[in-house]
Amino acid sequence: MALLPEITVFLFSLLFLVFSLLKNRPSLYLWARGLVLLGIFLAALGTAVKGNFFAGAYRVDLFSQVFKFLIMVGFALVIFMFESEEEVEGEFLAEYFMFLGFSTLGLMMLVSSVELISIAISLEISSFSLYAIVPLRRAQTRGQLEASVKYLFFGAMATGVMLYGIGYIYGITHSTFLVNIIPHLIRYISQPLAVFAVFLILAAFFFKLSLFPFHFWAPDVYEGAANSTAAFIATLPKVAAAALVIRISMLASAGAKEVAIVLSIFAALSMFFGNLVGLVQKDIKRLLAYSGIAHAGYLLMGILPLSEEGAAAAIYYMAVYLFMNLACFYVLLLVAKRGENVAIDGLSGLAKKSPLLAFTLATAAFSLAGIPPTGGFTGKLFLFVSAFKGGYLGVVIIGAINTAIALFYYLNLVRMSYAREENATTITLSSHQKLLCYIFSVLIIYLGVMPFGLLNLFKRAF
Amino acid sequence: MSPQLIMNPLGFPILSTVTFLPLLGVAVILLLKKEEPIKVTALIATLINFIFSLVLFFNFDPKTPLFQFGERIGWIPAYNINYVLGVDGITVMLVALTALISPLCVLCSWRAIEKRVKEFMICLLLMETAMIGVFCALDFILFYLFWEAMLIPMYLLIAVWGGPQKDYASLKFFIYTLFGSVFLLVAIIALYLTNGTFGIMEAMFKKYPFNFQIWIFLAFTIAFAIKVPMFPFHTWLPAAHTEAPTAGSVFLASILLKMGAYGFLRFCLPITYEASLYFAPFMVVLSIIAIIYGGFVCLGQTDMKKLIAYSSVAHMGFVTLGIFTFTIYGFQGAMLQILNHGITTGALFLMVGIIYERTHSREIYDNAGLGKITPIYVGFFTLFSLSSFAFPGTNNFIGELYVLISTFIKSKLAGFFTIVGAVVAAAYMLRLLKQIAWGREDKRPLADMNVREVLTLLPLALFVFWVGLFPKPFLSLMQITLMHLEVQLKNLSQLGVM
Repeated sequence: MALLPEITVFLFSLLFLVFSLLKNRPSLYLWARGLVLLGIFLAALGTAVKGNFFAGAYRVDLFSQVFKFLIMVGFALVIFMFESEEEVEGEFLAEYFMFLGFSTLGLMMLVSSVELISIAISLEISSFSLYAIVPLRRAQTRGQLEASVKYLFFGAMATGVMLYGIGYIYGITHSTFLVNIIPHLIRYISQPLAVFAVFLILAAFFFKLSLFPFHFWAPDVYEGAANSTAAFIATLPKVAAAALVIRISMLASAGAKEVAIVLSIFAALSMFFGNLVGLVQKDIKRLLAYSGIAHAGYLLMGILPLSEEGAAAAIYYMAVYLFMNLACFYVLLLVAKRGENVAIDGLSGLAKKSPLLAFTLATAAFSLAGIPPTGGFTGKLFLFVSAFKGGYLGVVIIGAINTAIALFYYLNLVRMSYAREENATTITLSSHQKLLCYIFSVLIIYLGVMPFGLLNLFKRAF
Repeated sequence: MSPQLIMNPLGFPILSTVTFLPLLGVAVILLLKKEEPIKVTALIATLINFIFSLVLFFNFDPKTPLFQFGERIGWIPAYNINYVLGVDGITVMLVALTALISPLCVLCSWRAIEKRVKEFMICLLLMETAMIGVFCALDFILFYLFWEAMLIPMYLLIAVWGGPQKDYASLKFFIYTLFGSVFLLVAIIALYLTNGTFGIMEAMFKKYPFNFQIWIFLAFTIAFAIKVPMFPFHTWLPAAHTEAPTAGSVFLASILLKMGAYGFLRFCLPITYEASLYFAPFMVVLSIIAIIYGGFVCLGQTDMKKLIAYSSVAHMGFVTLGIFTFTIYGFQGAMLQILNHGITTGALFLMVGIIYERTHSREIYDNAGLGKITPIYVGFFTLFSLSSFAFPGTNNFIGELYVLISTFIKSKLAGFFTIVGAVVAAAYMLRLLKQIAWGREDKRPLADMNVREVLTLLPLALFVFWVGLFPKPFLSLMQITLMHLEVQLKNLSQLGVM
């Protein structure tokens, strides 16, 4: 019972594996959408269950179920956003869905894994599917091949580094189970070896989060991959990675100043690097990649106090991040009629072409920038409060300054879509597309104005 | 010690009504398609809101310094963030001013805005909600929410409906003000961690360590000084004013700038009193520089809007000067100047908008010599120009007089320089007035003001004389609140001595 969400996604993937072999395929979109809706339903029900599986390597608790629900909602949104044959060639459509499903499955398993080997395996399940779909883009060009090779190599490196770290941890504590590791590690946590080992493991997740200095793949992969693939890579793996960073850094929660200091340095560098480089970007996807690097830094602000409150703030921010980023990508998907990359200049006149799209983009951009009354502001507020409470005033001030820096390029998106209006050809949206736009806008503003319910849920997750 | 909140005696939540009624207007406008009904809806929504603000105004009890019409609902309990609204003598006036200016802004945009009328009116109404919200909020997060949310419609007003350099001006406005506000947020969090609540009332009139006060004061001051704007932080203002559509300029001058001054009065003084005293000499010097510098820059302007924008810098210098002289006269003068500047400068921007609709130019020379062509226009223009440089009998005279008295009490030298600034003000306004009335001989076919435009300006003209000749109702409304502020500050400083 407790594994129903995972089983649904697994069946989803298997079903599309079968579809990919069939000559006469049924309506793939219909099946995909139906199944993810079922998945959301089951994942929502799943938040009530608890349990341990596979000799304690796999734990189902509120923490994991909340993340699974977020991942499932994000997955469903990606599936609903994806409807253009222009992104991926029609004949690979079934495989594309299958790989997306397997990747989601890996991420869901990842947030439930409490044993180092299963963490590694889950991570690989999700990563390998992504390696396969990055080059799947209509009209083969050098771009996506380069991107996929980069992603593969960097990903493999990150996994290798993580396994190295796992080796150290096993050496220190003689166990791969997190429950057993914590009491042993406490004795060594202030020593370089333990800090080093923890960071080696974290590196794999920093890679997924595209935190500076593990970010090199992000701009190229976003740019090279199909828009819908980029939407997936930019959001779901980051949610799961955030979960794991929270889980693993909690290993060090017993007063390990050293871990927190290194985290705060990463956070500060990531924010500055992402935002400053973001200022000069011309391509929307590259811009979102650098924005993602900066947001990884913001996220760490919640994690570095190593407190439950901070972690709840981080989860909340991740939820907001999921929606605001997907909203940006959705506008991008609809603007790019032929699945091409869109430059920021390409947005000009969007408000005239489609007021709703411009509004959705503006809401998402203001949220990414952290302007109230959007979720981005509320999430950032919680992060600032918890980091400040933990005594990291310096990081908070750096975060505040970065909010002002980042505003420039987010505002550019809004400015482009509103301020110019030559050669405007109307973009007509179907009711399905309109509904999704409304859902994104409402969710972002709802998370900004009424955070209490979700926040309490996240707080209870520990 | 903390000021208490008197709960709302009326049967309905009046402050929430005044704050969120414009949003209802937005909802109605969203359903409409044609331009004419949209404008009418916006006008009705702002007018009804003005009526509600009058209800508030007349039910306000000026005999108590406490916050009135209070509303309190838990909002985010995990962080002790509440939805708290309340007004005192300072804010009841500002709320009424906002509610008065808003319908005028709708009226003045009736013809001036030709494209995207729907979005424009939505922006105006969103602005009204955010501005009133800023004045009513008694919770830091709620305050910050409105304070920042206001930037979005204002940014759009400039960026979409602005003049030729709107890109530059709107971006500069947004980034400049946001840069200041993020430090405000950090200060707010610091106060929260000290007090355990985001409540504004709970944070006031408390003894904080001096070092802590210094940092909080500096963080507050960056935010508020940019908004006012005080002297070295004023560069966004002329650009934003010049490029914004008339309604945007009026909102900017009449309400937005007031928020900085309001912030000093509401937050800096009661929360970081010792730091305010410590930094007062700097603030006074910066204010006087703003008065004199703004005046001299005005002398060199050829663009009417730019001239009025720089004159705002000088006028707001009087406001901050009044606040940082720490006497009851100074506070009263500052509050009066806040009100007066809202009326006079708002009116002057409206006047520039009216003539711009006819000549499509804001250059003084293009609009010169109107005395014989459009006598009604020049009549109004004369009135507001005289009021702008504090001619006796007009509203600004009373306000500047109070500020000057307060300044002379504290420092003769500062008072002397302020007088110099006031004289420069007369020079630049009279120069402008002379040009507009008699500057050119040639006759041009220009229509005089129509009924709608006269109706827009009449209420403001009325206030010019009302405040100028009989300011007592306004003074008595805020007297108790300001006296309470002064007494509390005195108590605090005595505590500090012991």
